[in-house]
Amino acid sequence: MSVQVEISERNKVYGRSPLLTDAVMHYCPGCSHGTIHKLVAEVIDEMGLQDNTVGVSPVGCAVFAYNYIDIDWIQAAHGRACAVATAVKRLNPERMVFTYQGDGDLSAIGTAETIHACNRGENIVVVYVNNAIYGMTGGQMAPTTLLGMKTATSPHGREAAIHGYPYKIAEMVAVLDGVCYVTRQSVQSPAAVRKTKKALRQAFENAMAGRGLSFVEVVSSCNSGWKMSPVDANRWMEENMFPFYRLGDVKVVTPTAI
Amino acid sequence: MEDIKLIKGNEAVALGAIRGGCDGYFGYPITPQSEVLETLMELRPWETTGMVVLQAESEVASINMVYGGAACGKRVMTSSSSPGVSLMTEGISYLAGAELPCLIVNVQRGGPGLGTIQPSQSDYFQAVKGGGHGDYHMIVLAPASVQEMYDHVFDGFDLAFRYRVPVMMLADGIIGQMMEKVVMTRQRPRWTAEEIAEMSDSWATTGKHSGRERNVATSLELDSQVMEQRNERLQARYRQIEEREVRFEEHGMDDAEYVMVAFGSSARIASETMEMARRDGMKVGLLRPVTLWPFPSKRIAELAAAGVKGILVPELNAGQMVEDVRLAVQGGSDKKIPVWHYGRLGGMVYSPDDIYSELKRRSDECAG
Ligand SMILES: Cc1ncc(C[n+]2csc(CCOP(=O)(O)OP(=O)(O)O)c2C)c(N)n1
Ligand code: SF4
Repeated sequence: MSVQVEISERNKVYGRSPLLTDAVMHYCPGCSHGTIHKLVAEVIDEMGLQDNTVGVSPVGCAVFAYNYIDIDWIQAAHGRACAVATAVKRLNPERMVFTYQGDGDLSAIGTAETIHACNRGENIVVVYVNNAIYGMTGGQMAPTTLLGMKTATSPHGREAAIHGYPYKIAEMVAVLDGVCYVTRQSVQSPAAVRKTKKALRQAFENAMAGRGLSFVEVVSSCNSGWKMSPVDANRWMEENMFPFYRLGDVKVVTPTAI
Repeated sequence: MEDIKLIKGNEAVALGAIRGGCDGYFGYPITPQSEVLETLMELRPWETTGMVVLQAESEVASINMVYGGAACGKRVMTSSSSPGVSLMTEGISYLAGAELPCLIVNVQRGGPGLGTIQPSQSDYFQAVKGGGHGDYHMIVLAPASVQEMYDHVFDGFDLAFRYRVPVMMLADGIIGQMMEKVVMTRQRPRWTAEEIAEMSDSWATTGKHSGRERNVATSLELDSQVMEQRNERLQARYRQIEEREVRFEEHGMDDAEYVMVAFGSSARIASETMEMARRDGMKVGLLRPVTLWPFPSKRIAELAAAGVKGILVPELNAGQMVEDVRLAVQGGSDKKIPVWHYGRLGGMVYSPDDIYSELKRRSDECAG
């Protein structure tokens, strides 16, 4: 029996987001950044916000995010994306404004700007890519690096006595009144990707509705920095990162409760 | 309508911002400039002109908010005093690198370190030589009166947008704190979204509409050849600014045998010195650079070539602008004339008498 497949717009179940440019991504094969970019592009496109969005890219591997998503972008100094986004949103309240930051950028050098944008309840979205390492500079320890994890600056494994403990900035910002939504997701499986997209959509809707700051953490792999194959890196992440960085919503303020 | 008010220099900056059509001010308290933010919060311009005013968590945040606002084509500014401006320098370098216009006000106090809250002019090098990393310049305006602290807000924004460079108003604790009469010009409206689109659509990140490519505010370029070209473009613009925007004021130069070169509050004090000297029959002139960068080097070289016997540079630091005066004299004239520095440090301020004594001592040396 032969099956006739009609190739038409009507039957289309998946396509490349028109907001992704033709530029070849510079990310390592297996890196989570590419998948997260795709989701951000899809959400902006599906909400019809291309003309209305300003993204703020970090210093970190995602510095060139502006080459991949076809919207206006501002490249911020290391750690300062939330300050930059604050001004963009305050001066253009009708715009959709989001930052896209790594864990070194957001939770080391940019801790103050992050916490204060959260506390002021800026109507922006923070996309926080936590791969527990400094990818761009060659795999040094981040504040999020797990105990025992080997990096270029913790070659014998992170020791609490020397380096302190890994910390969860999502839980820290969740206690702030200006923050309406904090969630921790991942993108290592199709199901996880779908959940992350849903979370991003929720966050973007919150920002447009003026509900306060939404913080979407995506626990990610950095197979190059971790010195693993992409498959091993994903397995290692599931076994080691997820027990510490627990996935799921950390804080949801429902619109009616505001 | 024009208003006349008796106000402090710092208040004049705040009023200049509102009247000058500023879109956003971001700042952090520090003496001796906190009245800027205090005045703005008191006046609540968001209810009148729509200007955004925000107390940031630090000067680092302030300057990066300025960076974000400037990227959107808005007139945005911050103000601080010396230690705070040191914290801003990375951000200022980013603004210069991304070719973004903005106004930064430094109401200087004495350093180094936490130093003193008393006035000083010891951030001259930081302001005119760059301050942050990389080859860049800001246009630097040096107000010498409360009126100029008001006017330089307007001038600063105009220059910043004409050349897409950060502009610094380099004031000090004396002018920031003293009260004088200010004639306030009529309200200049803030730019509308349409006006911003008309002027800045090729670079402002206002949201990518279908009529254009996406705009990206960035200072990053990994291809060294392209990065060199970007730098050369910046340098070409700096040469253009040096050609066109030098501003200074002169007094008593027609018959001057000795010249004082002084900026900001020092120029105010030195102008008294000049009058004292002239009463005694000493032919003294005063040149006051209004722009510290670009510097009036050509004019100083002309004066040296015209036979001035010596130049005294009084400044409230250990000898900073004097270097630019020496460069101007050496680079622009065959005549070798002495250039002397006279300074007080750490928040101490000289009197007109102090400068006059120094001038007499130096001129006697010359004569003898
Ligand atoms: C002021 C400053 N300090 C340090 C650096 C160097 N630097 C660039 S990226 C980076 C860390 C990035 O790590 P992360 O934010 O975790 O992002 P990833 O590359 O892992 O995505 C550092 C330290 C810099 N560019 N600027
Ligand atoms: S170094 Fe790590 S974070 Fe950077 S692109 Fe490679 S895998 Fe991704």
